[in-house]
Amino acid sequence: MRREQVPQDDNRTLGGHRKAVYAADERGRMRTVESTGWSVEELVTSMAVEEFEELARDARARVQDGRCAPLAYHMYRRRMDTQVLAQAVGMMQWRVRRHLRPGPFRRLPPRLLQRYAEALGMSVEALVAWPPEEQP
Amino acid sequence: MSHIEFQHRHAGHCESGVMASLMSHYGLALSEPMAFGLSAALLFAHFPFLRIGGVPLTAYRMPPGSIINGVARVTGAHFERRRFRDPDAGMRALDAALEAGRPVGVQTSVYWLPYFPPDMRFHFNAHNLVVYGRDGDNYLISDPVFEAPQRCPAEALRKARFVRGAFAPRGLMYWPRRVPSSFDQRRAVRKAVARTLNIMTRAPVPWVGTRAIRRLATHIERLGRRADPRYTRYLVGSIIRMQEEIGTGGGGFRFMYASFLQEAAEALDAPDLSVCAEAMNDAGDRWRLFALAGARFIRDRNEAGTGELAEALRHCADQEETVYSMLREWLRGRPVPTARVGTVSGD
Repeated sequence: MRREQVPQDDNRTLGGHRKAVYAADERGRMRTVESTGWSVEELVTSMAVEEFEELARDARARVQDGRCAPLAYHMYRRRMDTQVLAQAVGMMQWRVRRHLRPGPFRRLPPRLLQRYAEALGMSVEALVAWPPEEQP
Repeated sequence: MSHIEFQHRHAGHCESGVMASLMSHYGLALSEPMAFGLSAALLFAHFPFLRIGGVPLTAYRMPPGSIINGVARVTGAHFERRRFRDPDAGMRALDAALEAGRPVGVQTSVYWLPYFPPDMRFHFNAHNLVVYGRDGDNYLISDPVFEAPQRCPAEALRKARFVRGAFAPRGLMYWPRRVPSSFDQRRAVRKAVARTLNIMTRAPVPWVGTRAIRRLATHIERLGRRADPRYTRYLVGSIIRMQEEIGTGGGGFRFMYASFLQEAAEALDAPDLSVCAEAMNDAGDRWRLFALAGARFIRDRNEAGTGELAEALRHCADQEETVYSMLREWLRGRPVPTARVGTVSGD
């Protein structure tokens, strides 16, 4: 890549930051160039972000219908899936999946609620409260 | 409280950036591409059986920690690495290092660092940064993928250092205890290039190296007819993310490696390596053409486009194989052929 080919597409997902990209200058020397991002990168990053937003929206609707525990919504809001959340709290995945159901979630002992709240970076009160206070 | 003079440098990748600025701070000037190339961190790997978020893991560089270990190995620097069971102990040790005037490298999660732009915050736990001071409740941070130094509240840094999960940092903190004033560059470059050649062209498993690029091409080609188009788009998206997202220096590290070869050519007075650097730069361009084709594929929802993607991937494999055969000639002391597979004309 040559310096003048470095994309400067104002990638929204970089939030105004610039990144360092290696490219050849006019004398052929490879140097870092500040780049405002590439539209290709913006597309794939927002695709990943939107995937989680969609999951969180679905989960929210299911919690509303009583088919799902608030834990599911908060998990996706934190861009986690059951694999990541299970690792973060140190439980087996099937156990976490079970806790995504309203009944088992309601019966969770304070100790486990605390572990979930910590992994999600929130308070226990916020975790069990519904509807959630914070807006996306 | 404490503040150390530390030269922040904006880099393409976190781990190589941290190693370059740490080594330079402690007395051995080292550029980011040198840290990356000398630790033989260049790679292509695609593991169909290792799924993250439902898609296979794709990597363009060696696993986290390789650059730290690699730089220490080739330069002969002695690194102190400490992990902690207890977060409080980990934060106290960090404060003690800063009190002693030592900036340290730290492994963290990306998600819990508040200064990251919201769309970049994913649960990736092997991010690296340098902590060089503390101002009340804020730590002063030189994060190589940012243009300027950052500040981070103690509580957030603690959370980021002690998350659990894949690549859990367990508070990892590292700094060089002893740094040599110089090292045998010729030997280091030759060994590092040989290592990269080996892994990219002679890996004993099909999921690693140029063979893996071709394998992935075939896989994507076949998906076109069979799989759920949503999954195919998601898979292609994840491959491109690993290649182009912040922290790669672009082109899946190929541009950074080209820069390493060029710097080595100058340091060793080996003009043949410059020729290899140009060819590697072309390989990076090939990867960018693949990313461009991938973006079109995703945007246009063009299910029939997998053949074109496979073709673009095979061009990457072709170009990389050319570079590696050139590098092999150089290692054997033979003249490097200047005829190249063909140059790439940007976008």
